[in-house]
Amino acid sequence: MATPALSIRGLTKVYGNGFHALKGIDLDVQQGDFFALLGPNGAGKSTTLGVVCSLVQKSAGQISIFGIDTDRDFARAKYHLGVVPQEFNFNQFEKVIDIVLAQAGYYGMSRSEALPRAKRLLGDLGLWDKRDGSARMLSGGMKRRLMIARALMHRPKLLILDEPTAGVDIELRRSMWEYLRRINREEGTTIILTTHYLEEAESLCRNVAIINHGEIIRNTSVRALLTELDTETFLFDLAAPLEAVPQIEGFEVQQIDGAQLAVMVHRGQRLNDIFAALGEQGIEVVSMRNRANRLEEMFVTMVEQGNADLARAAAAAEARP
Amino acid sequence: MSPTQIAIALWTLVHKEIKRFMRIWPQTLLPPSITMTMYFIIFGNLIGSRIGDMDGFSYMDFIVPGLIMMAVITNSYSNVASSFFSNKFQRSIEEMMVSPMPNWVILAGFVLGGMARGLGVGLIVTIVSLFFTRISMVHPLLTIFVVVLTSALFSIGGFINALLADKFDDISIVPTFILTPLTYLGGVFYSISMLPALWQGVSMLNPILYMVNVFRYGFLGVSDIPVVWALSAIVAFIVVLFGIALWMLDRGKGIRS
Repeated sequence: MATPALSIRGLTKVYGNGFHALKGIDLDVQQGDFFALLGPNGAGKSTTLGVVCSLVQKSAGQISIFGIDTDRDFARAKYHLGVVPQEFNFNQFEKVIDIVLAQAGYYGMSRSEALPRAKRLLGDLGLWDKRDGSARMLSGGMKRRLMIARALMHRPKLLILDEPTAGVDIELRRSMWEYLRRINREEGTTIILTTHYLEEAESLCRNVAIINHGEIIRNTSVRALLTELDTETFLFDLAAPLEAVPQIEGFEVQQIDGAQLAVMVHRGQRLNDIFAALGEQGIEVVSMRNRANRLEEMFVTMVEQGNADLARAAAAAEARP
Repeated sequence: MSPTQIAIALWTLVHKEIKRFMRIWPQTLLPPSITMTMYFIIFGNLIGSRIGDMDGFSYMDFIVPGLIMMAVITNSYSNVASSFFSNKFQRSIEEMMVSPMPNWVILAGFVLGGMARGLGVGLIVTIVSLFFTRISMVHPLLTIFVVVLTSALFSIGGFINALLADKFDDISIVPTFILTPLTYLGGVFYSISMLPALWQGVSMLNPILYMVNVFRYGFLGVSDIPVVWALSAIVAFIVVLFGIALWMLDRGKGIRS
């Protein structure tokens, strides 16, 4: 098996105030993968990526980037790493072109090499026309694309994106997805992203790790995760409002409003049975869709389960004499 | 990083720093020029003509080296302090931290940027002084050597200040409450031989006194203290402060959580 693009062993981070952000996590991301790190706010996603990028100091554990131990030679490992953080972290008063060229310079790229690269990346990301403008004049979506261009200047083999599409409109988000898919597919760039948009993870990523309370609670392929999905909720828009909730044998039915029903479907149950039952009761369905993204449903279940386990453990500890 | 890559990274950072203070020249280059012109007019011309000679030179000639040095010190310091803290504040320091650039290159880049501004302002003040007096340099190489070292020293000081600062107020405390008093009491406007013995002794604890004196020695050939002693003190301060700044940077003091 090829050396993983990223290998994390026993990564622990305890902040100065005693907060255990990471509790000895292990994680491998294979070369060429498109990987999602999911978790609720404060779960430890950004801390994990911060440690990998050297922006956060670890308390314990080992990290290897393409087989290079960061404790031994972080500088060499950093050549393989491109980082797109959650917050804008460039000088807002600098020109767009200066920001990307400076980043190339920090990696020792000569200007003659960096300029064509900048032209290509800014062009691909629709920013070339803005190159001589101040970065603060860019829209939020453009600023995010600028950070992607900047991160790719030195041709990293591993690109880390911390919530890259937060606050980006749908159209722009889709175009960013397409761009990321392209560099993953055509250039073989390994991509790790954290996101709150689970649709994003489902659409883009092959593998996923779910982190909660500083621990990896699941690490598998998106496909495997979805096959474990036991329950999905479907929304049915009806032609006419109903006065009472219809009964469908074997299904849990809720009335969202007069002309909309939510039906919970367990694995093995057939949608045809719902349509048949509704048809028998003279109820006409106009359209149907998932209530939530499928992965989101599973994610929420897992996180809630994890929180409940933690609460039970805390209560048990409290009850001990 | 190879030596060539390090040279590119260092030049990138220095170039960026120079561009920064040139872009905002009305805030960085113009004010010290105007302030120093005021000093020359008021202290040198108007009041100086009534003070008479100082250490055998006209008062104007006596204060010119001190005022140049004062401009170099304050501008070197404040350039690095404000630029590095601004990088921290806007988090653009992360651009450098995620790169393979060694910490000493980051430190050297900011220090050289501070020196560029400090020495640039020093040159402007020197040119302005030519409108008020004729400058002669007894020891030109020594003069240049001292001003470069002093600029480096205070640039490193500004860097440490910015590393420790949590808010913008924190980068104005040292210049206001430490640097300015030490500079004014560092023999810019007077010779310490005018002071009573006790205060002469106290003045000897002021590191800026050494820099101003050895710089004045380069111009006029007179100094209150031995030149070798002063040079050794400046070099020692540079070595110690550079070591402290690098140690803090290696430990992520003020920049890594």
